[in-house]
Amino acid sequence: MRVTRNSMPSSVTDLDLRPAARVSPASQPRPPLDHVSVSPVDIEARAVAKRFGETAIFQDVSFRLARGEAVALVGANGAGKSTLLRCAMGLIPVSAGEVHLLGQPASAARGRALRSLRARIGLVSQSHNLVPRLSALSNVVHGMLGKSPGPRHWSHMIAPQAVREAALEALDRVGMADFAGRRADRLSGGQSQRVAIARAIVGAPEVLFADEPCASLDPQAGEDVMELFFRLVRNEGTTVVFTSHNIDHALRYGDRVLGLSGGRMELDATAASLTARDLRGLYD
Amino acid sequence: MTDTSVRPDRPVLPRYDRPSAAAFLGYAFGVALLVWCLAGAGFSVDKVLSAPPRFADFAARAFPPNFDPAVLSRLGWKMVETMQIAIAGAVIGVILSLPVALLAARGLIAGNWVNQIVRVGLSFIRAVPDIAWALVFVVAVGLGPFAGMLAIVVDTIGFCGRFFADDMEGVDKGPAESLTATGARKLDVVACATIPAAMPAFVSTALYALEKAVRSSTILGLVGAGGIGIELKVGFDLFDYPTAMTVILMIAVVVIAIEQLSGWARVKIIGEQR
Ligand SMILES: Nc1ncnc2c1ncn2[C@@H]1O[C@H](COP(=O)(O)OP(=O)(O)OP(=O)(O)O)[C@@H](O)[C@H]1O
Ligand SMILES: [Mg+2]
Repeated sequence: MRVTRNSMPSSVTDLDLRPAARVSPASQPRPPLDHVSVSPVDIEARAVAKRFGETAIFQDVSFRLARGEAVALVGANGAGKSTLLRCAMGLIPVSAGEVHLLGQPASAARGRALRSLRARIGLVSQSHNLVPRLSALSNVVHGMLGKSPGPRHWSHMIAPQAVREAALEALDRVGMADFAGRRADRLSGGQSQRVAIARAIVGAPEVLFADEPCASLDPQAGEDVMELFFRLVRNEGTTVVFTSHNIDHALRYGDRVLGLSGGRMELDATAASLTARDLRGLYD
Repeated sequence: MTDTSVRPDRPVLPRYDRPSAAAFLGYAFGVALLVWCLAGAGFSVDKVLSAPPRFADFAARAFPPNFDPAVLSRLGWKMVETMQIAIAGAVIGVILSLPVALLAARGLIAGNWVNQIVRVGLSFIRAVPDIAWALVFVVAVGLGPFAGMLAIVVDTIGFCGRFFADDMEGVDKGPAESLTATGARKLDVVACATIPAAMPAFVSTALYALEKAVRSSTILGLVGAGGIGIELKVGFDLFDYPTAMTVILMIAVVVIAIEQLSGWARVKIIGEQR
C-alpha cells in the first residue's frame, strides 16, 4: 500500500488559509491537552437529542471539538454513533438541540448554505455507499460535487483533467490507484471502504467524519488508514472524528475520546488520560 | 444442558385456524360477487357448449392460411410499418418518460404536490386504453401511422413514467445520502447515484415497454392509425379468413420473437451485473 509513503499533502490550498501553528510535522509529539481551549472550535453540539418516532436514541449530547483535533467516538452497537454523525451533517434532523460546524449552525441550515457547509466536510459512511455500477474513479470524482457541481463531475470520463488527477491522487493515498477503473460493485469490502475514504478526502475537507473507517480493513490496511488520518490532522489541520470498535485505535490515534452509552455522552476525555479498561466500561 | 423445548415466553407463529364468522362472511361475499360478475358478462353454458363447433367451422374456413406471395409481401410491408410505429413510439416514449419520472418520484427532486399531480396525470394516461389514444390522435393528426406512433408515445409515457419513478424510489438510499453529504445539489445526486443504481430496472422496464408497444401497434390499424391491424379488420369484414389467419400468425410470430429478443437483451444488459 502506498498510504504509508511520506508524501506531502496533496492539496495545499487550504493550508494557506490556516494559522501556521496548526501545521506541525507528524513526528512532533501531540499538542498539550489544553490546546482544546485555545484553538477555534470546529464542531459544537449543544444538548442534541435524536428520536426516531417514539424511540429515543440519545439525548442531551454536548461537546466541543477544537480545530485540528483527532476525536474517537466510541460506543456499543446501536449506541447511536452513526446517527450522531448523520445529525451533525444535517442528513437527518435533530430532535432537539443544535450542531455548529465550522462556526455555522449546521442543524438549522438549509439549501445553499447547508450545501456549501457540507462541501467543506468529508463523510465516510459505515456502509461505504459507493455507487455500484460506476468506476472507483467516478465515485471519487463525485467527492468534488459539493465544490464544483454540474454534469462534468458526473463521471470520470467527462471530468476536467485537474479533477481526474486529484481523484487519482486521492485513490493513490489509500493505495487504490490500481483499481481506478474497476466497477465499485466488483471491489472487495476493504477496497470499497478505501475508495469511500478517497471520495471523502478528495475535496480536502476541513472536517472529516469517518464512521468505522477500518471496519472492513485488514490489520495492516487499518493501520495505514489511521496513519493517513493522523497525517491529515497533523499536516493539514483537518479535524477528524472517527468511530471505532478498536479500543487501541481510539486511544492511539484519538486526541480525545467521546463515549456514547445508554443514550448519553458518558465519556469525554483526552486519550492520554484514559486506559483501555475505561473504554471497556462503556460496553457493559 | 440446553433446553430445547419451546420457551413459553416466545410463542411460535400461530398455525392455521378455522376462519372466524366475519372471515366466512367475507368469503361468501366474494363468491357472490363473482357470480354477479359472470352474469353481467353474459356467461352462458349454452354458448360455451356451442362454441367449439362454430370455432371449428371458422378454423376450417381459415385453413390453410393465405400464403400467396403477393399477399405475404403486402402483409410483410405492413408488418414492417407496424414495427416502425412500435419502435419509434417506444423509444421516444422512454426518453420522454425519464424527466416525467423524475418529477413523479417521491423525495427525489420535486415536492410532494408535484409528485402527486404528475402521478395522477400518469394514472389518467394509463386509464385511457391505447386504442382510445389512437382514436384521439386520428382525430388530431389524421389517419395513418403517425397517429399510431403518437398513441404509442403517450401510452409508453404512462407506463414508463410510473415504473421509472417506482424504480428510482426503490434503489438503495445510501449512495444518494453519501453524495448529499458532499454538498452536491439534488440534480447531481440523482444523476450520479439514483439513476445509475436504477439503470438495470430502467432497462428492464423499457424492454417491457417495447414488447407492449409491439403488441399495441398490431391492433392500432383497427381504428386507422397505421400498421397491420387494418389487414386483420379487412380480412374479417370481407370474410377472407385465410388472410386474417395469416395476419394473426404473423403477429404471433413477431410478438413472440420480440419477447425472446427482449428477454435475451435483458440478460445481456443486466445479467452481467456481478
Ligand atoms: N432510520 C432509523 N429509524 C429508526 N431507528 C433507527 C434508524 N437509524 C438507526 N436507528 C436505530 O438507532 C440506534 C442507533 O443506531 P446507529 O446506527 O447510530 O448505531 P451505531 O452506534 O452506529 O452502531 P454500530 O456500532 O452498530 O454501527 C439503533 O438502535 C438503530 O436501530
Ligand atoms: Mg454505526
